[in-house]
Amino acid sequence: MHDMSSHAVHHGAPTSFIRKHVFSLDHKVIGKQYYALALVAAVTGMVLSWLMRIHLGWGSYAIPGLHLLSKTGAPGDVMTPEYYLQLMTMHGTIMVFFVLTTAPFAAFGNFFLPIQTGAEDMPFPHFNMMSFWVTFVAFLVLVSSFFVSDGPTLGGWTQYAPLSAVGSAGGPGQGWGVVLWATSIAIFCVGQLFGSLNFITTTLDMRTKGMSLMRLPLSAWGWFITSVMGLTAFAVLMPACILLILDHVAGTSFFVPTNTVINDQVLPHTGGSTLLWQHLFWFFGHPEVYIAIIPGMGIVSHVLITSMRRPMLSHRVLIYSMAALGVLSYMVYGHHMFVSGMNPKSAIAFSFPTLVITIPSTIVVLIWLGSLYGSKLRITSASLFALGFVSMFISGGVSGFFLAQPSTDIMLHATYFVVGHFHLVMGVAAMFGIFAGTYFWFPKMTGRMMNETLGRAHFWLSFVGAYCIFMPFHYLGIAGNVRRYQAFTDDYLVPLIPLHKFITVSAVCTGLVQLIFVYNLIHSRFAGEKAPSDNPWEGTSLEWSTATPPPHNNFGDTMPVVHHDPYQYSVEGASKDFIMQTSTEAVHSPDEEK
Amino acid sequence: MAKIFAVTIVLIAIASAIPIVAHMWPMPQDISTHGHLIDEQYSDTMAEAGISFLASQFLLAFFIWRFSSPRPGEKVKSFPGGASGLVIAAFLLVGTEVLALGVFGMKAWSAVYFDAPSANALPVQVQAGQFAFYFRYTGPDGTFGPLHADKISEANANFFGIDTTNDQDSKDDVVTAEMAIPVNREIHLLMHSKDVGHSFYVPELRIQQDFVPGLDVSVHFTATKVGKYEIVCTQLCGLGHYNMKAYLNVLSPEDFDNWMKQQAALQ
Amino acid sequence: MLRHRDNSEAITGIANMLDANERIFSMKNRSNVAFLTAVATLVCCAALILGQKVNAAGEGKITGTVKLDGAAPHMKGIDMGKDPYCVKANPTPQHLETYVVGSGGGLANVVLSIDGWSGNATVETNVPVFDQKNCMYTPHVLALDTAQNFKVKTSDQTAHNIHPLPNPMTNVGWNQSQPPGAPDVEKSWKNPEVIPVQCNIHPWMHGFFVVVKGPYAVSDANGNFTINNVPPGSYTVKAWHEPDETQTQKVTVAAGASASANFTFKAK
Repeated sequence: MHDMSSHAVHHGAPTSFIRKHVFSLDHKVIGKQYYALALVAAVTGMVLSWLMRIHLGWGSYAIPGLHLLSKTGAPGDVMTPEYYLQLMTMHGTIMVFFVLTTAPFAAFGNFFLPIQTGAEDMPFPHFNMMSFWVTFVAFLVLVSSFFVSDGPTLGGWTQYAPLSAVGSAGGPGQGWGVVLWATSIAIFCVGQLFGSLNFITTTLDMRTKGMSLMRLPLSAWGWFITSVMGLTAFAVLMPACILLILDHVAGTSFFVPTNTVINDQVLPHTGGSTLLWQHLFWFFGHPEVYIAIIPGMGIVSHVLITSMRRPMLSHRVLIYSMAALGVLSYMVYGHHMFVSGMNPKSAIAFSFPTLVITIPSTIVVLIWLGSLYGSKLRITSASLFALGFVSMFISGGVSGFFLAQPSTDIMLHATYFVVGHFHLVMGVAAMFGIFAGTYFWFPKMTGRMMNETLGRAHFWLSFVGAYCIFMPFHYLGIAGNVRRYQAFTDDYLVPLIPLHKFITVSAVCTGLVQLIFVYNLIHSRFAGEKAPSDNPWEGTSLEWSTATPPPHNNFGDTMPVVHHDPYQYSVEGASKDFIMQTSTEAVHSPDEEK
Repeated sequence: MAKIFAVTIVLIAIASAIPIVAHMWPMPQDISTHGHLIDEQYSDTMAEAGISFLASQFLLAFFIWRFSSPRPGEKVKSFPGGASGLVIAAFLLVGTEVLALGVFGMKAWSAVYFDAPSANALPVQVQAGQFAFYFRYTGPDGTFGPLHADKISEANANFFGIDTTNDQDSKDDVVTAEMAIPVNREIHLLMHSKDVGHSFYVPELRIQQDFVPGLDVSVHFTATKVGKYEIVCTQLCGLGHYNMKAYLNVLSPEDFDNWMKQQAALQ
Repeated sequence: MLRHRDNSEAITGIANMLDANERIFSMKNRSNVAFLTAVATLVCCAALILGQKVNAAGEGKITGTVKLDGAAPHMKGIDMGKDPYCVKANPTPQHLETYVVGSGGGLANVVLSIDGWSGNATVETNVPVFDQKNCMYTPHVLALDTAQNFKVKTSDQTAHNIHPLPNPMTNVGWNQSQPPGAPDVEKSWKNPEVIPVQCNIHPWMHGFFVVVKGPYAVSDANGNFTINNVPPGSYTVKAWHEPDETQTQKVTVAAGASASANFTFKAK
């Protein structure tokens, strides 16, 4: 076993306020900064979704104050069609990039990966600090598009060409709005690459003595697999964004074909390819959604084990399954393009891996369920959200059966069925993973407990509320309700409007419930009940063996030495129902890794 | 709390299934010749997905109920068969299921894309452009005249950019804002976009196909029921995307001929 | 930029001043009367010199008729099928408005302006309305002075978007929607240009903003027009018909009189 801890990057404890809290090299501060950014982004994205849903249910309603957000988007406070699309685009972009890629991976991963591996910090603390600030700048650039004259881009977070590439002739927001969007995302990619660099090297090179790869907790594996994916996925998105920017500012035609005519004028572009953008984008886009969910799987597994007082049925199988998901995710991206005009034979080529990816997903769910069997489940806010994740992942996963097959996709592509599918897995399950991680690790990060009553109320209302919002999306999709419509004027869609109203009411109520969480978070940070010990959940992994909150170099004077597998719960002959990884107690379970 | 949670999961699972089973918001009726293959595939998938969904949610609920309050002295135990049992089950059950779906689903897909349109299919050209569909019929000569992008002038209702002065084949072309087709006759739909990405979706025809700017795409189908249906755009194309539609009229052969004569007179 | 002044304003001001000063100066004093009369005269003259009224003595006009030579080309009917609201609003289908010819061969929608206008940069203060009604633009051609405010209005219960497409080097384009009941959009154009405008939601809706410098007129349904407020002088009158046909004619306008210019366009 390879002990790199002596090569750990030493950087002395900071003294100035700026170095402590702003430009900090400490992975724990960086993790919290990412969390704060994700929180702001999540609230912003949620408010945007409220505006969208209110407009969908009650299209001619004047939302008070809306005209303040945009010069031309809401005259008389009534949302224009383009403004709906602009809000929708920003909602999707902010949520996917600045919440789902940031919180489960960058926030928790930065805080806990070095601790769970037994390192002092990540090997490249300056790159790590830059990764956060670059991501922050990316967020500012994105939000700045609200303030340019035409507003943000209206092309959806997928920014399909040629609409994204033809410039302002394509519609309001398609000039500067697109350039700012693409710039923001390109900057975001850079931040992610800096982050991935650190995560990968921490996992491979910075493990403490006794910490073999198989002895890493499942949350660490989730972050590691995700960081490898991030390296390759974001490396494709960044050049795609650069090409898109060039089409706007340098007169190129990567994505605009010849003879494009808008407003009776033939545009000067020649030779570009519409499908090129889709291939580049989805090659990134599909791994991206697994980047959004795999950390959640790792976190939820970690929380569940501690709550169940027993390890998963097979630690290795879970790791291999998560890795399989990561690898397969690159082979399936064309399922977003079944009816795009690409060769129909390619559709079959992409459909099979998409169907096959069901297998590792099923294995993961079955392992979770199988591990619940015979366990001693403890109910806490954290474990409720972890179990809720399992339910949501099942629900979101099964709708994938329909979308994986090109023939059924003919009917469901670009309908609310797809929107329901990805909101259940990303908008709900991944969020539940973030909540589970928050309630679970809050004591270690702050030294205080979150309010358990508020946490359970948050869970109950969110669980029921989320189903009320997103289950009906599937019914709408089956009925043929097309997505990205700002109003439903077609004859066959008008009868569906009452269901939309129901969804809107559920969405606003469930959204308001999240304020319980925000209040709980902030109130507990300053006035929450102090954590009863360094290990309030009686966990085994390295984070629970250190002080609360952990000192600057995570473990104080002596680096930990690992003697046990990560999840030694309910071991025969042990003094307690758990054995910490650092414990010198010489009791080992029979199937413990070496 | 755990028991209430378990009950909630079961109730939500059942409540989610009811609208599907009761066809509360059903898929629009199928009026195409190939649609039944898609519908069969869809029903098979729904059965398998539905059973998987209900079974796993019920199992989750049951395990939460049962194992959140262990009896005193009860030890932690492993699921019978352990992880390897579950992995084998996953490969066998899910593996065969998805293989079956994939293999049998090929029939439905190839009916749309791998079978070529028959020789006497009626060619209809559709052009998508922000934010309307326009259609072109060949007229008596059976040929479409060439298109000239620089001659497109919506101001003069020359949506396709055809040159009736110089191009012989264009002189009898009929351009319409509504699509009409004769019932029970195969249609070969030739699709192109004037500007950005759009898509052609008629749920009743069981057809959805993106227009690809720069590429000529086509689909073919046969409508089996007279009636008025809507063609809607499903590829985000700008502010008017929600409203971008045209009517599809499936007519009896006589009504179609009359309609064609009327439209020709309006050119 | 000078604005039109209302003479009554000046007179009211004087009256107020007189009221205020009555307490100070008594009208029985003759020198006071003379003084006040002189002031009043001075103020009136200043008002006349500084203010520029529309109907100031001396300005003439140019009138005439625009005709179309030859048979009016057949204007295609418009199929508004994609929007049932538009179909209902037009029980008799509309036609393209490329050539709108009245009885007697008069050609409508021709914009008359003064070529190379270098007079005082008076800006029209009336705010014309460009309406979207029954899924057609009314008027089909809106003539405007540079920097003149105009309002785009929607009278329809279906959403429209207004998308003028000027040359980006000349004027700044914009694209805005107006859902049913939306407030008017008020805009102006900086530089002279013929700007096509269309609705993308209803692609048959087409019109023009014709931005010119100086006085202008648009020929009516019978081809008749009157350009008002033309100071005396020699001018080249320009007639524009869509999309880019122009003709010119020289006229001389005498003070307070009406000059005549007639145009004939050939049907294309």
